[in-house]
Amino acid sequence: MPLLEVKNLTIYFGGLRAVHNYNVTFEPGQVRGLIGPNGAGKTTTFNMITGIHRPTSGEIIFEGQNIVGMMPHDIASMGIARTFQNMRLWRHMTVMEHIKLAMYSKIEYGLIGAFFGTPKRHKQETEFDEKAYHFLKLLNVDRYTNQVVTGLPYGVQRRVEMARALAIVPKILLLDEPTAGMNPEEMLDMVEVIRQIKDELKLTIFLIEHRMRVVMDLCEIIQTLDFGEIIAEGTPDEIRNNERVIEAYLGKEVEV
Amino acid sequence: MKATDNQIKNLERVEKKTTGIRPVRWLREKTRRVPALGWLLGALTATIIESSVGLPLARAFGLWSVPGLFGLRFIFTSPASIPSAVIYVLVVYIIPALIVAVSTAGITNRAAAFMQDKLPVPINVIIHAALLYATLHVWGSITDYRVLLLSFIFISIMLTLSLNLVNGYMGEFSCSHPGFMSIGAYAASIMTVLFFVNDDVFGAHILSPVLGPFIFPIILIVGGFITSIGALAVAIPSFRTRGDYLAIISLAFTFIVKSLLENLEIIGGPRGFMNQPKYASLPVIFVWMVLCIWTIYNFTRSTLGKASCAVRDNETGADAMTINTRRTKMITFLFAAFWAGVAGGLFAHVMGYINPATFGVLKLSEVLAMVYLGGLNSVLGSIAGAIGLQFLLELLRPLAMLKWIVIPVLLIIVMIRRPTGLIAFTEIKVEDILKPRN
Ligand SMILES: Nc1ncnc2c1ncn2[C@@H]1O[C@H](COP(=O)(O)OP(=O)(O)OP(=O)(O)O)[C@@H](O)[C@H]1O
Ligand SMILES: [Mg+2]
Repeated sequence: MPLLEVKNLTIYFGGLRAVHNYNVTFEPGQVRGLIGPNGAGKTTTFNMITGIHRPTSGEIIFEGQNIVGMMPHDIASMGIARTFQNMRLWRHMTVMEHIKLAMYSKIEYGLIGAFFGTPKRHKQETEFDEKAYHFLKLLNVDRYTNQVVTGLPYGVQRRVEMARALAIVPKILLLDEPTAGMNPEEMLDMVEVIRQIKDELKLTIFLIEHRMRVVMDLCEIIQTLDFGEIIAEGTPDEIRNNERVIEAYLGKEVEV
Repeated sequence: MKATDNQIKNLERVEKKTTGIRPVRWLREKTRRVPALGWLLGALTATIIESSVGLPLARAFGLWSVPGLFGLRFIFTSPASIPSAVIYVLVVYIIPALIVAVSTAGITNRAAAFMQDKLPVPINVIIHAALLYATLHVWGSITDYRVLLLSFIFISIMLTLSLNLVNGYMGEFSCSHPGFMSIGAYAASIMTVLFFVNDDVFGAHILSPVLGPFIFPIILIVGGFITSIGALAVAIPSFRTRGDYLAIISLAFTFIVKSLLENLEIIGGPRGFMNQPKYASLPVIFVWMVLCIWTIYNFTRSTLGKASCAVRDNETGADAMTINTRRTKMITFLFAAFWAGVAGGLFAHVMGYINPATFGVLKLSEVLAMVYLGGLNSVLGSIAGAIGLQFLLELLRPLAMLKWIVIPVLLIIVMIRRPTGLIAFTEIKVEDILKPRN
């Protein structure tokens, strides 16, 4: 059984058809890429899979269950984690708090524990602390543990966001332009981090990326979206030499 | 140990040379080593001195009686008495408190260390709270005015903390607290009068009045829950959709509750509701305040509670990270309403009389000012804000309604300089407050 199966996904924003008849199937452990020019509908596709936008039509089957119409937090609890193009960190919270908050759905101490600080709560919070620290170490941001995220270097913030998504212990990780706005050095770091996650955690990964080198490096199969439709799908080599992709990306090539 | 001591001494010597104000330095060094326990001991001594020889001392310094509030109120009423009041405060409070605090630092540090190591945190907190209460009790025993002032301060602290949950931790702007307070106040009043008082409207008491003070906590809790249920009227429409509806809906709520109470003749209508037994004595309010601070402190430090800060900072981000945003908002809002209701219930049983006019826009501005003065997202800030503004209100009382010009101006200045309040976004662990300082 495929892990995630998206069938004929279509969404309209008013009169604008942002995504049309989008299909994808994920086998466990697969790493796929999604590329396309600005406004092609990549982020919108992520938003539909994670429940932020409800598709106008189509199905999203995760582990055999149709998740269309479910709340984002329920979808996330099932094991679909994501990062955002613009990060969406919580500006007053520390790095540690970010990671622990992603474990929200696993809280067992309830309101009584929250109000009265029961031993059960202390036990679970300590457990969370340890698990969170593990993720901070994994992404090499443990020395920022108790700092508020605002003001941390950009690359660090990106990695904190990644650690936060991993703390959900997802089955599939959706990464929306994880290297956006990074300098070359930070970018190489990030590629290494993603590779590490892929190898060590054997995670299924869905990657949106503008930088060709990053997608080509990491992904087994790449889809290209243009005006909400898939115009090409294949291995990095096939995509690199695809006429329509080159056409859609004309001028973008400079960035590579 | 020796080496560090010497180093410190050397450091002191160097600094003394440069600054030259030796007594001040010396005192600062000494006071820095006094734990919370020591300060409480000092304060208790000062209040005991005042309660035994305060009056003769005040007379000796040329005052007519013991200054009720450290002479603060002389600023507008009789400026000529200010020097005497300053001397009084120095001789009665500051000097004895300092002497005791500094001279017992060795013992109190050891005691604090023992309590920190051997006792669970709640017990340690209770011991400190008991000592604090003893101090305030002795201080209040001088005049009824002080007891009333302390009662209002305690209740204000509860209200301010509760509103901070919504306006600070949740980042919404709520105007519903006077409404919540009045629901709690009326609900508790109806119950106590019905059960324990012979009343013209509600008839003879149902239960023996002897039971009253013992049932009173249950009544307050029930009143708090009723307030939470009332709060659903604000929460359900506001949190259904994303957006800034809460401010306007909650303001409407406060007005609707007020006019509802004004039109219910059975509970006195605009004339108000009276005959409540005065169950809310100073120790009773103090215990409820400590409970309120403790639960809110715990809540805001738990991951479950912090979820509302995540929703505030980025709702979409929170949702994508498994946080049930609607549930989180509901929990925080209803929890806040609960404590506002309990505070209202206490308020009614301090006064023995309430009327709808009390719970209007003026009350709202008061609580909002306390929250924003003290600082958003900070338990300590709310406590400081409530005490500070309550003192300010007392100080400005001679100005009558003019104080509602002074306070907003002050608030504007604070908001310009520190938009989130004086002690905003600061979390202090109780363990750090109570720890030994040597
Ligand atoms: N919430 C929304 N309401 C209306 N239109 C939207 C909304 N979200 C996206 N769109 C539109 O849908 C189209 C696809 O946007 P999307 O953000 O998915 O593009 P993208 O491929 O992620 O582009 P980029 O590379 O710039 O991130 C755009 O035309 C955008 O303006
Ligand atoms: Mg995008």
